[in-house]
Amino acid sequence: MSVLIFIDTAEGHVKKASFEAMTYGVKVAEQLGTTAEGIVLGTTKDDLAALGKYGVKKIHHVNKPALDHLDAQSYTKAITDVAGKTGAKVIVFSNNVDGKAIAPRLSARLKAGLVSGAVALPDTSKGFVVKKNVFSGKAFANISLNTDVKIIALNPNAYQTIVGEGAAEVIATDIAVDAPKVKVTAVNKVNGEVPLTEAEIVVSAGRGLKGPENWGMVEDLAKVLHAATACSRPVADAHWRPHNEHVGQTGTAIAPTLYIAIGISGAIQHLAGVNRSKVIVVINKDPEAPFFKAADYGIVGDAFEVVPKMTEAIKKIKA
Amino acid sequence: MKILVCISKTPDTTAKIAFTDNNTKFDTNGVQWIINPYDEWYSLVRAIELKESDASTVIHLVTVGAPDADPIIRKALALGGDEAIRVNADSHDSFYIASQIAEVAKHDSYDLIFTGKETIDYNGSSIGGMVAELLDLPYISLATKFELGGTKATVTREIEGGEEVCEVNLPAVVSCQKGVAEQRIPNMRGIMAARTKPLKPIEPVAVDPLTGIASFELPPAKAGVKLVSPDNVEELVRLLKEEAKVI
Repeated sequence: MSVLIFIDTAEGHVKKASFEAMTYGVKVAEQLGTTAEGIVLGTTKDDLAALGKYGVKKIHHVNKPALDHLDAQSYTKAITDVAGKTGAKVIVFSNNVDGKAIAPRLSARLKAGLVSGAVALPDTSKGFVVKKNVFSGKAFANISLNTDVKIIALNPNAYQTIVGEGAAEVIATDIAVDAPKVKVTAVNKVNGEVPLTEAEIVVSAGRGLKGPENWGMVEDLAKVLHAATACSRPVADAHWRPHNEHVGQTGTAIAPTLYIAIGISGAIQHLAGVNRSKVIVVINKDPEAPFFKAADYGIVGDAFEVVPKMTEAIKKIKA
Repeated sequence: MKILVCISKTPDTTAKIAFTDNNTKFDTNGVQWIINPYDEWYSLVRAIELKESDASTVIHLVTVGAPDADPIIRKALALGGDEAIRVNADSHDSFYIASQIAEVAKHDSYDLIFTGKETIDYNGSSIGGMVAELLDLPYISLATKFELGGTKATVTREIEGGEEVCEVNLPAVVSCQKGVAEQRIPNMRGIMAARTKPLKPIEPVAVDPLTGIASFELPPAKAGVKLVSPDNVEELVRLLKEEAKVI
């Protein structure tokens, strides 16, 4: 018996969301009185033994280039094989893009109950119950898992990473791997940009900015905060900003520690995508904007004056 | 080309979320029901576009639900599906639903199965992956673009901080999100035509769900906004640093 954590990589580097998944998986293992092990698929550039500092004891590394790009089918097969070898009873994923592709497949393959979008540790006082987000962040559901093997996909930014000491034993795992049926032909990554779903801080703007030419100040503020930029749906629909920046019910749902909304009124659909943020700051010239009701801090004022001042004030405290 | 589009009935995006029966059931009182936006706006509309560029394309819709899902299916047919199958069952969990859809798919030969990236009620993002596994088909999730070239599809999908382009031979399962297509509104001709399109209820196969809902809960209410004067932006920054400790 063990807890197996899927450690997700991009271009050979372990993703931030996987650090959270490891910390979470180690806690689950403690609850169950067992140890946590990790699985890494594909070639890597990072020192995998160093992942021991997140509490994992062993890393099963299937070091094959055929697994360098996500193919949910061949990944699922590889994880099934390793889960079988390690006798995994709980398998933990991040509920990120890879987790969303693989965890459901694995659930169907192993007939293992899946909680996708978990936000807390399992409650083992009455069976095995895991809390997850439902209704696009407007509520939680406590999901009971009654199957022998259980799968949990942890929402990004829902669980704080804990870094300790230690080295993991890296085990080169030679299993038969299928050729990927999904072939990646191009990767278009915006270099240096903080990925929206992984960002600790997100600076977002809406129609109140009047036009795409005014986004410079939003980007400046994001830059001093090492934040990702986002936007409301009307802004994406008007092509002022790329679609992948759209946060809300029908865009990306995010849960940063700080969300700064500039010139966004706060329609219920927008709030659904951002209300898992720990702290929300709203800057809007309309004191009646519904967003203020969901905010922790607010400024009723002209964004064109407030935002540059805020950038300067942050530069000062960071200096 | 034969496409199966999975349709889910969800509460309207503005629906008030409340629970009954000691917080174990969603309170459907006064709730307006819609087609899950990801299913409608992206996967269904993209299927319709594919039919518009190749008239021999056939679009089947599938949903798992009670007869009260029929108005939603009619709307999907009005947008452009050719015929619909409703598996006459209350939905249990995503594995139950996916198993029913996979069973429907096994009885026909679909080149393509489309789902939305998730439903806006349970946010599982699971149906596509489970259906793909049950049918042993390739799965591309979170597609932002979908192009067909013969028996091959070129799909752009979301990755952290960007997108990647991939190729897959059909048949395949694809989950769709923003970018794949643009929302459409059904026209009168479509609405009239939908009345006579086949909507076939079928009985479910026996499947044991893998999960259950123990209870629901609402998030704690916010304490209230702390307003700062626009002339004192430094104070806001101080609060974020010293009080909220987020910068």
